[in-house]
Amino acid sequence: MRRAISLYGLTFSLPLLVWQLLFFVFPLAFLVALSFWTVKNFTMRPDFDPVNWVTMFGKPVFWQAYGTTVALAASASALASVLAFPCSYAITFKLSDSARRWAIFLMVIPFFTSYLVRVYSWQIFLSDAGIVNVILGWFGLGPYSMLNTPGATMVGYMTLSLPLVILLQLFSLVFIDRTLIEAAHNMRCGRLRTVFEVVIPSARVGLVIAALFCFILTFGDFVSPVYLGGGDPTTLSILITDTTKSGQQWPRAAVIALTMIGTLLAVAFLAVRFAYAGQAKGARK
Amino acid sequence: MQQTRTTAQTVSRRTFLTTSAAVLATPMLSRRALAADPTELTMLAWYGHAEPDIVAEFEAENNVKFVPKYYTGGDNMLGLISQSPAGTFDVILSDAEYVQALNAAGYVEELDPADYALDDYFPEFQQFPGNWQDGKLFSLVTRFGFLGVAYNTDALTEAEAASYDVFWDPKLTGKVGHFDWHLPNLGQMSLLTGNKIPYDIDEAAWEAVKEKTLTLRPQIGGFFDYGGTFSSLNDGQMLAFAGIGDWITGVLEKNGAKVKSVIPEQGGLQWSECFSIGKGSAKADLAKKWIQYITSAKGQAKSAQMAAYPALIPNQKGWEVLQAENPAEAKRQGMTKDAGNAIDMIRAGRIQYRQWPIQQDLETWNDFWSEYKGA
Repeated sequence: MRRAISLYGLTFSLPLLVWQLLFFVFPLAFLVALSFWTVKNFTMRPDFDPVNWVTMFGKPVFWQAYGTTVALAASASALASVLAFPCSYAITFKLSDSARRWAIFLMVIPFFTSYLVRVYSWQIFLSDAGIVNVILGWFGLGPYSMLNTPGATMVGYMTLSLPLVILLQLFSLVFIDRTLIEAAHNMRCGRLRTVFEVVIPSARVGLVIAALFCFILTFGDFVSPVYLGGGDPTTLSILITDTTKSGQQWPRAAVIALTMIGTLLAVAFLAVRFAYAGQAKGARK
Repeated sequence: MQQTRTTAQTVSRRTFLTTSAAVLATPMLSRRALAADPTELTMLAWYGHAEPDIVAEFEAENNVKFVPKYYTGGDNMLGLISQSPAGTFDVILSDAEYVQALNAAGYVEELDPADYALDDYFPEFQQFPGNWQDGKLFSLVTRFGFLGVAYNTDALTEAEAASYDVFWDPKLTGKVGHFDWHLPNLGQMSLLTGNKIPYDIDEAAWEAVKEKTLTLRPQIGGFFDYGGTFSSLNDGQMLAFAGIGDWITGVLEKNGAKVKSVIPEQGGLQWSECFSIGKGSAKADLAKKWIQYITSAKGQAKSAQMAAYPALIPNQKGWEVLQAENPAEAKRQGMTKDAGNAIDMIRAGRIQYRQWPIQQDLETWNDFWSEYKGA
């Protein structure tokens, strides 16, 4: 049934539409147009030339950075999901209501401080003469080089995404029908088996969405790979800055950015499809 | 009753309008009335150039308030200019290699050489390349510095650091940092492979530079921006750095870090910052006055000691003022009458300008840098 568009309805839906147009569709359209511009003598000229796409896609460095970035973001999503699950599980099923509220509050607190500041403070922990190595030194271990490694980048990625992943997992676990768990126990299903056969499948949508958010956040992140990873290996975000830093090549940077947006859309689409796969069937029954 | 209410409403609305108009107009009126309100002068520059330690005196003397827009890197600067309407920036500070691009794009006004104390400059800087085009002056060099080997004084001696070969030292594996910009790094590699003019090299020499550079890759601990370079040198995470010089280590040194820069035996590079007047500036006279001030002996001495990052200055009389004001800093930077000072190094041919590659495209160099980083 179609309803006529009322002024009342528009009042509430228009701001969202305007916001979307202004801050998403127009910039995206501009980015697409920009990727066909050309650069002569440091000056960008409006043009319609596929040269930037051909050049960027023809560069081994680009595909190398692409592979690195996908691998790093995928690892971060897997790691964050695995690290977050016991935590969100415990908060959901083992804590009292008031303790859970406190736990949620504590998960929100990291967002009070700028991510850049938090990443910079990790340098103090991870550097060769840093806090971690000093403590290891008391036990006669190390020093280990940790800063400027992919491992340090991963630490930064966790700083960025772990609290959010825990929160998202938490909200899906909280809404699991507890009678299902009781039923599993009544049917003599072990605790661990209940987790894998009942809890995780029931919370699948939330768990996948949490991992997806982690992927989105880390895929485009510039701060961790630069300030903890030492800019080595090159990620796509670093490649964008490299591209703009020499010869005013914004159109080529636009190609990288659009490839990243395309990748994220594809990943998000696949993840959502996976998350809801089989559910519609269930609902129809 | 009805009548009264209407009247009351009308009156109150009228009063409201009058009052608010008066309130809104007050700042305008007072701004007109008070001639003491300073004129705003916009400056596009690297961080530090419009900070109080440099501009406070000029601002007070001329009733000016600088409105800085800081950039990091010449491409960033060109981007900001090209995206702003003409006349947005009254004064533009630019690295020498970008002046030609500014000029070619018509972003800067022509300067009259007679307006400035060019006679006080060292002869090398009076006809500074890039400042002049077809006998016309478009920009004036105001400060410069050298790029060599930056090193941690606990880890290396000055003698060890006196060659670019030190970057390959096994004890520095994973401890050599790059300032993440191809031009100074590859220029230094070009000096190391024996090119007299590091940026004017033929294909064979360029291949040799690439080959030599790639052998350095296993030694590298990271590629750092401005902030990352500071912190990794400061906390000893990197023990040697390519592509930088005293403009970074000088600041750290002042704050007690054990780092220094040295110009190695293969020679060093020179960066140079130049002032121009933005095309279409409505305050070109005031902008001219500023450039006169900062290139005068007094302004030059200030510029040499800039809190953000120190630099050498091209004005001989500025050297004299600095020697009188702050002999320690004059000595530290090599701006004294002693043999081996900064100008002697230039005259001995130990310093080459950082510039854009002449026989290759800038893009070729940049692409190789990306490739090197990914190697």
